[in-house]
Amino acid sequence: MPTEAAPGAAAAIELRSISKSFGAVRANRNVSLTVARGSITGIIGENGAGKSTLMSILYGLYEADSGEILIDGTPVAIRNPRDALRHGVGMVHQHFMLVDTFTVLENVVLGAESGPLLRQSVGPARSEIERLGREYALGVNPDALVSDLPVGEQQRVEIVKVLYRGARILILDEPSAVLTPQETDQLFGILRTLRASGVTVILISHKLREIMAVTDTVHVMRGGEVVARRKTSETSREELAELMVGRKVRLELDKAAPKPGGPALVAEGIGLRDARGVTVLDRIDLTLRAGEIVGIAGVSGNGQSELLDVLAGIRPPTTGRLVVGRREITAARPADPAEMRALGLAHVPEDRLRYALIGAFEANETSVLGYHKDAPFSGAILLDRNAISHHCVALMERFDVRPRRPALHSANFSGGNQQKLVLAREIAPAPRILLVGQPTRGVDIGAIELIHRQLVAIRDSGCAVLVVSAELDEVMSLADRILVMCGGRIVGELAGAEADERKLGRMMANIWTAPGADAAARAPS
Amino acid sequence: MSARRRSLPRWIEVGVIPIVNVAIAFLIAGLVVLLIGANPLEAVRILVYGAFGYPEAIGYTLYYATNFIFTGLAVALAFHAGLFNIGGEGQAYIGGLGVGLVLLAFDTTLPPPLLIPLAIIAAAAFGAAWAAVPACLQAYRGSHIVITTIMFNFIASALMVYLLVNVLIAPGSMSPETREFAAGGQLPFIHDLLASAGIEMASSPLNVAIFLAIGCCVLAWVFLWHTPWGFEFRATGYNAQAAAYAGIKLRRVTLLAMCLSGALAGLVGVNEIAGVHHRLILNFAAGYGFGGIAVALMGRNHPLGVILASLLFGALYQGGAELAFEIPAITKETVVVIQGLVILFCGALANLPRAPLASLLALVRRGRPALAGET
Repeated sequence: MPTEAAPGAAAAIELRSISKSFGAVRANRNVSLTVARGSITGIIGENGAGKSTLMSILYGLYEADSGEILIDGTPVAIRNPRDALRHGVGMVHQHFMLVDTFTVLENVVLGAESGPLLRQSVGPARSEIERLGREYALGVNPDALVSDLPVGEQQRVEIVKVLYRGARILILDEPSAVLTPQETDQLFGILRTLRASGVTVILISHKLREIMAVTDTVHVMRGGEVVARRKTSETSREELAELMVGRKVRLELDKAAPKPGGPALVAEGIGLRDARGVTVLDRIDLTLRAGEIVGIAGVSGNGQSELLDVLAGIRPPTTGRLVVGRREITAARPADPAEMRALGLAHVPEDRLRYALIGAFEANETSVLGYHKDAPFSGAILLDRNAISHHCVALMERFDVRPRRPALHSANFSGGNQQKLVLAREIAPAPRILLVGQPTRGVDIGAIELIHRQLVAIRDSGCAVLVVSAELDEVMSLADRILVMCGGRIVGELAGAEADERKLGRMMANIWTAPGADAAARAPS
Repeated sequence: MSARRRSLPRWIEVGVIPIVNVAIAFLIAGLVVLLIGANPLEAVRILVYGAFGYPEAIGYTLYYATNFIFTGLAVALAFHAGLFNIGGEGQAYIGGLGVGLVLLAFDTTLPPPLLIPLAIIAAAAFGAAWAAVPACLQAYRGSHIVITTIMFNFIASALMVYLLVNVLIAPGSMSPETREFAAGGQLPFIHDLLASAGIEMASSPLNVAIFLAIGCCVLAWVFLWHTPWGFEFRATGYNAQAAAYAGIKLRRVTLLAMCLSGALAGLVGVNEIAGVHHRLILNFAAGYGFGGIAVALMGRNHPLGVILASLLFGALYQGGAELAFEIPAITKETVVVIQGLVILFCGALANLPRAPLASLLALVRRGRPALAGET
């Protein structure tokens, strides 16, 4: 296997007329594409466009029904990931495949041991990890426990793992889905270093900004086919979005000026300590008014999730009080999520698969989760399955959830459709307060547009909306008022109209240079 | 990465896989029989004949099945709420104590239409109470329910020995059992009922408790899929975190699920004590509690599946006894081996035929729509 690129040599990867069907679903249709050696190539497309299937074929997780794979100009048969690695193709999955209780070194060696005794593998592996770290700016501490590492570093371990196994062609599947903006930037730095040393990178994403930032060429997939190939320098986000969706997409959100009314939820001096006694929320003051969208920006893990939990009644605050209507919630008088719902507060949690829906439930069951005891879904004793089913169909119509099959298990909908279903469920009872965590994480562009429009619509109907999002773009386009969180505190506030990426970024950047509560103290409050 | 684990159509999941599991179990059991020098086909013939071949055999099979329905349903119900109730054995035992106490106290004073319902309620209540303690420990102290329910089986066993040897033993009796209940405290046998309707049937321990068992299956089905509480059970079992976010009170689900589960297991006491022995004895629940786990696993935690699996286990019990009797080479222990193999392949290795069946299905019907998940 040649590892050094000779000028004018064959492309690193050439796929010829790959087709793959799952039953009647033709996930890939006659897909042909070439990837130049030492380049970063983006593959974009909506969920279900066939990009992951294509990469799974290249990595040997699926076998193509027809077509050919050429690596360095030679036809190869890839039947399983082991074959793929033998030909230098490695994959970094969206969900990491690491053993949390092992050290980095142990994880890297795992499955690639060179003998029955661990000692034989560990020594050479350590120096190899160090070499990779030096060469590709992939600094990882071989002796750290994976569970102690931040997500960005875990991803670096994944990359090291793949390179350690000799991969020269790297497939990354939605690598930034779990990363903070800074970690994403670091990742892109690493990818550029890898490219400079001749590694070929394929990046699967549906985030246009990232594709524009880091790739050399980009292939657009739609409906199982490659519909366009562009040089990144010669295209634009708008053009790519249109190619992905197949119609014009508005990336900007139209919304009227907000008409804020009275306060719907007031938080005063909210503090929260976790089980270990660490302060995760520190004196949060917050007022949500009817008819406005408040956005919370900040690096993930600075208390946003915990704030949502406290506001939704999942955790009681350790100090301070929360006032919703006439009810005052304190540590001594906590409320549970059911009571908060009764007070008119709806909550779309950040992690929909873990907290918002039940994969094994039918869509119609998911569509009433949390409201299953309310009329008309339940009588005194029996559930009214008909009423539930009608409700679900109505929600699916209103929020364009596809496929419109209320009996389909929730897990079988795509991420975007799951999110639309959850949002529909929470918006349907016309809540007075709506908390939304990561409204469009893992959701494709067409659905983002719809979700944003619905959030503005419920604001206009007089609901107080709180949006927590890791996407700065999203916070800026949705929010009428933006709060910046850091170290468990609210460290700044901007009117939505005044905010731009530079200004917000600088606010956050100031904070990043000196993390911790000290930085927060200097910021205006 | 989950590329190789496809979801199978429901009819395969529910219908084909259990049958394939049983078939594999019998195949291996056949080899065992062959190994000890008996004829496997003959063994199967005797087993089936012994379980279903004549009225008395059917009576015995259904009588065993009644117990398995109660304990299997108990395990299934708790499992829907994400709880693994290993304590069916003890709960059944204590349920029998409830029946016995009620019947000993009131069998000569209360009329049967009052006495029998009271005995049934006592069985359920005692079983529920025995399950409630581990449930509370789990809900409020975080002690794992698998451990505590197992320990409660031993406590139940010791308690019953103590009570029967020291307290409840019939005066003058040499064996640890109570006096016999008066006729009003005995559930009618099916063969007696049939006889009074003019139909002749050989006598067997089968009694009207089987109707109670089937009624419980219907109620469990309605409860799980058509009431808001069943909805909460299933939500909690599938995804406890999402259930909590939806405002479902997890502790309440744990308590309620374990109490209902314990109540169902306790009803074994109705079948055994009020229906068959007509006195409180030792070890009447032997094996049914653990058998219920296999029944629930094999029945895919669905009431209908529990009934079918209970029939199979009832048949294995009854036919197995016949087998040991008919073929001297096959001892009682060999029968236990066969039963063990069924439990092994239907319970622990239940997913063994999944992958081959999935590939087979893919081969058979290329071109039919499958819900192939992207990304």
